[in-house]
Amino acid sequence: MKALRFAAQLLLYVPLMAILAYFSTGPRFSVVGPDEALVRVSFIHSTQRRQACRERSAQELAKLAPNMRAALDCPRERSPLLVELELDGKLVLRREVQPSGLRRDGNAVVYERIALPAGRHRIVARLRERPEGDFDFVKDQTVDLAGGRTLIIDFNAARGGFAFLI
Amino acid sequence: MRHLGAVGYLLFWMLAASGIYLYLRFDTSATGAYGSIGDLEWWFGGVLRSLHRYAADAFVVVTVLHLLREAWLGRFRGWRTFTWISGVPLVWLLYASGLVGYWLVWDTRSQFSFLATMEWLGIAARAGEAPDRLFSLFVFLHIGLPLALLAGMWVHVQRLGQPKTSPPRGITFAFMAMFLGLAALRPAASEPQWDPVRASQSVAVDWFYQFIHPLMYATSPALLWVLVLGASALLLALPYLAKQQLVPARVDPANCNGCGRCVADCPYEAVTLSGNKASVFPSRCAACGICAGACPSSTPFRSIHELVSGIEMPDLTIQELREKLRSALPASEVVFCCEHNPRPGAIALRCLAMLPPAFVEYALRNGARRVKALGCENECAYRLGMELCDERFAGRREPHLRATVRFERDNNEYRFVLHR
Repeated sequence: MKALRFAAQLLLYVPLMAILAYFSTGPRFSVVGPDEALVRVSFIHSTQRRQACRERSAQELAKLAPNMRAALDCPRERSPLLVELELDGKLVLRREVQPSGLRRDGNAVVYERIALPAGRHRIVARLRERPEGDFDFVKDQTVDLAGGRTLIIDFNAARGGFAFLI
Repeated sequence: MRHLGAVGYLLFWMLAASGIYLYLRFDTSATGAYGSIGDLEWWFGGVLRSLHRYAADAFVVVTVLHLLREAWLGRFRGWRTFTWISGVPLVWLLYASGLVGYWLVWDTRSQFSFLATMEWLGIAARAGEAPDRLFSLFVFLHIGLPLALLAGMWVHVQRLGQPKTSPPRGITFAFMAMFLGLAALRPAASEPQWDPVRASQSVAVDWFYQFIHPLMYATSPALLWVLVLGASALLLALPYLAKQQLVPARVDPANCNGCGRCVADCPYEAVTLSGNKASVFPSRCAACGICAGACPSSTPFRSIHELVSGIEMPDLTIQELREKLRSALPASEVVFCCEHNPRPGAIALRCLAMLPPAFVEYALRNGARRVKALGCENECAYRLGMELCDERFAGRREPHLRATVRFERDNNEYRFVLHR
């Protein structure tokens, strides 16, 4: 009887062991196919204010409490961010992203994932950080993307704008 | 299968013990983490790393089986509502702990999982950077989340009397042997190091934790949110979709002497002592009657005409039980059974532990040659019934069976005879 119980327990543990061994690392998963590459557009940016700051007059300053007398009156709301991505002359992404926060005064967050065939591609990224007008930042670059590679499109205004990281 | 909850506790402690050693050897920086894991000696650190990995995976399997089993058996409503609902966040905490644990390895699997999670959460991760601050956050989360999980596990068993948080020794050894076998046959290994600008062709996904990433890529982050939140909402709503109507136990203060036996025996912490008298929380009461079986005033030998116990079930009183027994006597054999294992001609009780041992002796002294008592076939419907019966009949727990009655147990069946 004891041997039977032992065998029954073994029957339970061996499949569990096999399941743990197999599914802890397999089957392997790939976000893109073997002949594909990936473009990730991933950045956070604080856009320009929707309205420009204005200088307070002497009368306005006098009305304020002494500790609140800032020379500039800057509305908090920021502009929406417009981002475009062009691949080989074809527009694949155009998004207007609202700044975060109830007062729309936070960062605009952009995350996009685009799969494309491996090979040589001309990529143009554009960004506008004001309510209207031309794009403020443009980067045009031709890149070679092998299968399985990822191109990360980052943005940092202080470092000159877009960065293509291959 | 009934030890799944206790196995969960075992796995948590295995993870904690192996995790403490791994943390001691771990370089908690983005630049050093990957190398420090690779430097672990295979015969100890490597084995512990494998044990940590496989115990974490087994924790998911055991948790899911535990959840499915309890749901299948309908153990989510009525008095079990608190236990069920407090278990739902534990699934979230378990997954969050495991996912963050994988990020600490700082290999391409960590990178894949981190970026996929950030995409799911709608956070634009600075994929081009791998700062130590981010790594410190991972370490903090991998310590904080398991601690929150442990706190949740403690809350989860608060409405259980005598909760089982350690499995039988055989199961403990079996799991330990299984993990050591896996560590020897298939030791845990890292993928290539996290590379901020290069994605691997494919990733060795741990499907127990990271299945949500392929699922998200196959669908969308929004749909994954709908699935996860929808499943959580369904689990939380389940107790309220199928309510149970039960008549809770009733205390008769005149017959309650405040001995506390019902408090000690209640499997769901539904009875407490208040002002030296028992008091019942109706919402926690399973109506199992175990408290009535524990009450010293539940003895049929009392000479009063209307037998009232200190605590009993209003819809199956001790008086009614005595009437049923008296009407069955004299007989060559009297059989008591649990309602979950009914027998024709037997006196049915909510749970076998509702049977005060004095009833057995009363039957034997009033014309029954033998008495039988049948419990649940496999697992007691109210968790502790058979254990309490064992202890009461063997004289290790009050109210005990007097030594003049001999008993033997064969599986779920007790047989009693009077010792002359």
